Amino acid sequence: MSNAGARRLWRFRGGVHPPQHKQVSTTLPVRPAALPARLTLPLHQHIGEPAEPLVKRGQQVLKGQLIARPQGYVSAPVHAPTSGTVVDIGEYPVPHPSGLSAPCIVIEADGEDRWIDHAPVADYQSLSPSELRNVIREAGIVGLGGAGFPTYIKLNPGHRKALDTLILNGVECEPYITCDDMLMRERAGEIAAGIGIVRHALQARQCLVAIEDNKPEAYDAMCRATAHLEDVTVVQVPTLYPAGSEKQLIKVLTGKEVPSDGLALHIGVVCTNVGTAAAVHRAIDRGEPLISRLVTVTGGAIGRPGNLEVLLGTPMEELIHQCAGDSGAIERLVMGGPMMGFALHRFDLPVIKTTNCVLALTAAELPPPRPVMPCIRCGACADVCPVNLLPQQLYWYSKAKDLDRVQEYHLFDCIECGCCSYVCPSNIPLVQYFRYAKGDIWTREREKEKADIARRRHEFRLERLAREKAEREARRNRKKAALQADTARREKQAEIQEAIARTQARRRAAMKAAETQRRKAQQTARGRERPSPAARNAGGEGGNEKSGAPAGMTEDAPQGKDE
Amino acid sequence: MMAAIIALTLLAVVFGLMLGFAAIRFKVEGDPLVDKIDALLPQTQCGQCSYPGCRPYAEAIAKGEADINQCPPGGETTIIALADLLDRDPKPLNPENGTVKPKMVAVIDEQRCIGCTLCIQACPVDAILGAAKHMHTVIESECTGCELCLPPCPVDCIDMVPLGQDILTWKWPYPEEAAPKPAVLEKAS
Repeated sequence: MSNAGARRLWRFRGGVHPPQHKQVSTTLPVRPAALPARLTLPLHQHIGEPAEPLVKRGQQVLKGQLIARPQGYVSAPVHAPTSGTVVDIGEYPVPHPSGLSAPCIVIEADGEDRWIDHAPVADYQSLSPSELRNVIREAGIVGLGGAGFPTYIKLNPGHRKALDTLILNGVECEPYITCDDMLMRERAGEIAAGIGIVRHALQARQCLVAIEDNKPEAYDAMCRATAHLEDVTVVQVPTLYPAGSEKQLIKVLTGKEVPSDGLALHIGVVCTNVGTAAAVHRAIDRGEPLISRLVTVTGGAIGRPGNLEVLLGTPMEELIHQCAGDSGAIERLVMGGPMMGFALHRFDLPVIKTTNCVLALTAAELPPPRPVMPCIRCGACADVCPVNLLPQQLYWYSKAKDLDRVQEYHLFDCIECGCCSYVCPSNIPLVQYFRYAKGDIWTREREKEKADIARRRHEFRLERLAREKAEREARRNRKKAALQADTARREKQAEIQEAIARTQARRRAAMKAAETQRRKAQQTARGRERPSPAARNAGGEGGNEKSGAPAGMTEDAPQGKDE
Repeated sequence: MMAAIIALTLLAVVFGLMLGFAAIRFKVEGDPLVDKIDALLPQTQCGQCSYPGCRPYAEAIAKGEADINQCPPGGETTIIALADLLDRDPKPLNPENGTVKPKMVAVIDEQRCIGCTLCIQACPVDAILGAAKHMHTVIESECTGCELCLPPCPVDCIDMVPLGQDILTWKWPYPEEAAPKPAVLEKAS
C-alpha cells in the first residue's frame, strides 16, 4: 500500500531560497497549443550523437512517423509531431546558448494531424526488461527534466539484476517552472502507469515519488493515483533550491551520497522525471512516440501565463502569442528557469524535447545591472554550494585559466546550479567562469587528442620517408652491383674468346704446317714415280677431306664455350 | 674515534654501492624531458618556432637553446603549460615567431588544382590526398593548419579558412570577454 506518512528525510548542504513565481502559471489548466503551420525539428535534441534523417525533401510524413534514426548507442530518434510535408532538411537556428544553427528537419503541417498506424504494447509485463527498453528507445524518449539523457540507457540496471530504489522526480525546484506540477495535478494516472512500466524495466524494489512541499495539489493527486500501487511512496520534500538535482534529491530521500566519479546507479538508485514516466506510459500503453511535451510559458511579458501541451518543433513565438505575450516587452527570453536556463537570441526557435519552460522576462523583472566587484573572500558561495565545493577557489583558478588546478578543486562536480552567483555580494558571475573553464578543458582535451594523431601521422611520415630513402639506396646499390658483375662476366667472356681464338690460330698454323709437309712429301713422291692423272685427282679429294676436319673443330669450339 | 671512522666509512661504502646499483638498474633510456615537452606542443609541425618540427623544438628547449615562447599555434596555453613543466615564469609569445591566429584548415580549390603533388610532399601529416595530374584534396579532420602547403603551390589554389563552429564544439566564452547574456534580443519578425 502506498503510504504518505512521515518519513525520515536528510538534508543536503547549502542551497538557496529564490522567489518562487510559480503561482502565476498554475491558475489555468493545461491546454493544447494550436497546431503550427511549420515545425522545425532539430536532429540533436538530447545528450549524445545527433540523429540521422530518414526522410527526403518533399516527402509526405504522418504523425508519429520516424523521421530520423539514432546514430550510436547514446542517441535518440526523432518522430514527426504531425502529418505534413518535409519542406527542408538543413541548418536552422536551434535553442542553444551559442545562438548557432544546427541540422533540422522542417515539416509543413497539412492540418489533418493524421496518425501513422501504431499499436500499444498489449502486456508489458510479458516483455523482458531489455525488450521494454527497446520500445522506449524507439519511442525517442529522453529525460524531460531538462538534461535530455536517453531514457532507455538510464533504465538499464547494468550487471545488477534488480535495483533498490526508483526515484520519481517531481520536485521542480526552479522558480517559475510549473510543467511537472501541472502534469502531476492533471495526469497523475499517466504518471502512475508509467511508474509500473519503469519499475518493471528496472526491477526496482521500491519507488519514491518526491514532490516539494510547495505543491500540495500535486502531492494529493499523486497520493490518490498511486494508492493502489505497492511499495510506492509519495514523499514531500522541503522546498529548497536545488533539491530537484539528482544527487541532492538522492541525498534528501535516502541519506546516501553519489560518489564524485560515479552514477546514482552505483548506489542502487535511479532517478527519473515525472514527465518522462508519463511519456513512457504513452509509448507503451498507447504506442505513441515522444512528439509533444508540457511547456510552461510564463514571465512578466506574458499576459496569460500557463502550461501548454506543445508539439515538438513549434516556434516559441507562437506560444508567446497564444499566451497573450507582448513580444515588445520581452527584455530577455530564457529557455528553462532563471537559475539554470540560458538566454535565447531570437523568438522563433523551436520547442525541443528539453524545453520545460519559456520564460519571457521584462526589464523590470531582471535584476538591475550591478557592477562586478572584486572577491572579498566572504565565503558565502561555499556556504550555499550544494556539492561542497569551494567556488571562490574555483573562481580564482578559472579566472587565471589554470585548468589543472581548477580540476584539482573538482570543477567537474559542479552542477552549475547558480547558487554561488545568486548569493555573491560582489556580483561575480561565478557559474559563467565555471562553464567557461569546463568548455576550455574539453576543448583542450579535444586538441590534445588531435595533436596526438598529428604526432603519430608526422612520425609515420618521417618513418615512411626514411624507409623510402633506404629502399631507393638499396635499389641503387643492387643495380650497381649487378652492373659490376656484368662487366666482370663480359671480361671473362672476352678472355675465353681470346683463348679460343688463340687455340684456333695455333691449330690452323699447325695444320698449315702439316699440309705443306704433306705437299712437299707428295712433290717428292711425284718427282720419283710420275703419277697418273686419276691418282692426282684422288689425291686432291683426299686433301679436301683433310681440310674438312678443322672446320668441324671450329664448330665444336662454341659448344665448348657454352658449356 | 676509530669506531666512528669505521662506521662512517662502512656507511659510505654501503650507500655508494646502493647508488651505483640504482644507477645501472634504473637507467632511463632517452630523454624523458623531451617527450614531456613534445607532449605539450600542438604538433602542427609548422616550423614557426624556427625548428623543423615540434620534436626538434622540444629538444632545443630541453637543451636550453630555445625559449618557451616561440610557438604561435600553441599560444598562451602552451606557454603556461611549458612554464609549469620547466618551472619557469610564463612570458608573452615572441612576436618574431608569429601571432596567435584562430584555428584554420587548408582548403584546395579543386577547379584550379593542376595535380602537381607539391603540396602533398610539403604536408607534414599526410593530410593531402591525390596523385600526379589528378585533383588533390585536404582531409579536414587531419589538417593541422600549419600553412606549409601554401608556398609550394604553383597555382596558388590553397586557401586557409577558419574552422567552423557548431553546437558540438562551441564553448562558453570567458566571462570578461563577452557579455554573459545578450543585452537586447534580436526582435524576430
